Amino acid sequence: MSGIMQIHHKFNVKWGMVIDIDKCTGCGACMVACQAENNIPPSTKSFDRLRTVHWLIVYKLSNGKNFPNHDIAYLPRPCMQCGNPSCVSVCPVVATTKDEEGGIVSQIYPRCIGCRYCMAACPYHARVFNWFDPVWPEGMEKTLTPYVSTRPRGVVEKCTFCHHRFQAAKERARAQGKNPLDLAEDDYIPACAEVCPTGAITFGDLNNPKHQVSKLAKSQYAFRLLERLGTEPQVYYLSKRSWVREQGDNYLEKNEQRGE
Amino acid sequence: MIDKDFIPEGVQRCSPVQFLVWLAFLGLFLLWGAIAAINILWNGLGVTGLDNYFGFGLWITFDLAVIALGAGAFFTGFLKYIIRIDELKNIINLAVIIGFLCYSGAMMILALDIGQPIRAWFGYWHPNVHSMLTEVIFCITCYLMVLTIEFIPIILENRQLHKVTLIRNLAHNFHIFMPLFAAVGTFLSFFHQGSLGGMYGVLFGRPFAFRQGFFIWPWTFFLFILSAIASGPVFTMLIATVTEKLTKRKLVSFQIKSLMGKISGLLLVIYLFFKIIDTWAWAKGILPKAGFSFEEMFNATYGQWLLWLELGLCGIIPAIMLVVPTIRNKPGLLYLASFLTCSGIVVNRFVFTVQTLAIPVMPFDKWFTYIPNWTEWATSIMVIAYSAVVVSLAYRYLPVFPQERRLNNS
Repeated sequence: MSGIMQIHHKFNVKWGMVIDIDKCTGCGACMVACQAENNIPPSTKSFDRLRTVHWLIVYKLSNGKNFPNHDIAYLPRPCMQCGNPSCVSVCPVVATTKDEEGGIVSQIYPRCIGCRYCMAACPYHARVFNWFDPVWPEGMEKTLTPYVSTRPRGVVEKCTFCHHRFQAAKERARAQGKNPLDLAEDDYIPACAEVCPTGAITFGDLNNPKHQVSKLAKSQYAFRLLERLGTEPQVYYLSKRSWVREQGDNYLEKNEQRGE
Repeated sequence: MIDKDFIPEGVQRCSPVQFLVWLAFLGLFLLWGAIAAINILWNGLGVTGLDNYFGFGLWITFDLAVIALGAGAFFTGFLKYIIRIDELKNIINLAVIIGFLCYSGAMMILALDIGQPIRAWFGYWHPNVHSMLTEVIFCITCYLMVLTIEFIPIILENRQLHKVTLIRNLAHNFHIFMPLFAAVGTFLSFFHQGSLGGMYGVLFGRPFAFRQGFFIWPWTFFLFILSAIASGPVFTMLIATVTEKLTKRKLVSFQIKSLMGKISGLLLVIYLFFKIIDTWAWAKGILPKAGFSFEEMFNATYGQWLLWLELGLCGIIPAIMLVVPTIRNKPGLLYLASFLTCSGIVVNRFVFTVQTLAIPVMPFDKWFTYIPNWTEWATSIMVIAYSAVVVSLAYRYLPVFPQERRLNNS
């Protein structure tokens, strides 16, 4: 689908996530952990995804049927860290890149001019804009994570798979004389995966056979969001329910593959 | 020296008091826009109607529309200086002024629209050669400089300034080099008009906008160039006509207006031919590949009526009206066709900007509707008011219309 815009990035290490939707209860702990870890200011009004800064959001899916056949599912959506990101090539000032081993799409806040072209390009709505100055209630600034920069108004931001934790894991590996590009599964784990009470989020190197994600991503129940568009997300979802898998992409009636 | 000494010889202008009242009236809109602009710059873009789904809205639509309509400057310049259609000398000054206003106005809006206006120069410092927007930043800033250079000799033609030998010689030299600037302007304009279209065509995550294309350029690249040069000449002509109605003086002969209409009409036919093929190929090729049907691209708000309005009422109908001489040569019908042509291009820029973003790409997401708020309207109207002020000053103090004396004395 992406055709002339196809740019492939090859990395030895490819950090990825596999989210088991059947295990997700929609509790929102991942969202809260993400907010706290990444210095996202608390919203003063009720949460509004159109205006509130958020890196991870949980969507509610429905099979659209009536009781007793009604069924719902919750789908946490971080940045997909696409293998062929729609956002990177469009940025006029190279404020977002996919050039580091690990394949995480970066966001360089001091360089972002706030044109929001990347937001228009991303079909997952993974990018948000700082519409106002960030404000923390008095005293709460003491809880800020020291390794994560705060962002001013007027720039775009998004999930980085808690990149500072990746940096820290690499530092630890170097200090211990290990290869920083051959991290063990638990050496680096983002806040959302760490906090999930049901263990729905598994994180690791998709290219490393020792990591659980490399196997889970190949499951017959695994799917990625909007695969047809050619973005090649590094986030996979799992569900044994076919209607959930079908909602991962758009299908016409005559399309053969329908999430099976 | 008093006001009348600055007014070109042999033409009639309203009294200074009347003129000041007119400027004060426009000043109200400038003030309203300035209040909105200060509000935005002080408090942040959160005071606008934009949001995380509609990062682009009225402003980007406005920018794209005025840049397309401002194409009259480069295209009339191209026809006058490169192709040598000499009659266009009667409207080229206005075309240049309109072009300058469209581009400088778009720049003002962009300064508000980007979240970090102080970093606007990063487009030059950290350019991403893969981004269509980088190319747009380069070309529109360069082209604004070209338009400024083209505008300067018109200012230097002022009766009092022209008395100064140095200025007179300077103006003369500017005129000599004008074909060179026209050529540079044509080159720059072709690319950024195209890149503005390319900006949308490359969005492979947005099936409404995405297009395949030739080499690195999606088809929208070429369609935006064609639609801009099809609408630019008639927009310039419409502004001349509005100025005539307001001032109650004849400024451009109907023969020239009809010629502008003919140029636009022919280009509009070519544009529509390719646009219709493109729309068909998009509906039958790109959309099914992305798993979408044509019907899924529209909802109750952003309905198919927008497409039929753009291609039919504001496309095929004015194209026929402009290419058929008997229709084109009736003033009322010429103006109506020109207005419809310009409206069609505005609708095109609107759907590419807003409808692209309104459509839920993820199956479990929903449609959203964008409604611009007063800050966006006020600043956009401020730019129109600024343009009206400059056109008014130019009309009053500069010999913009070479035919004016002859047309009003006969």
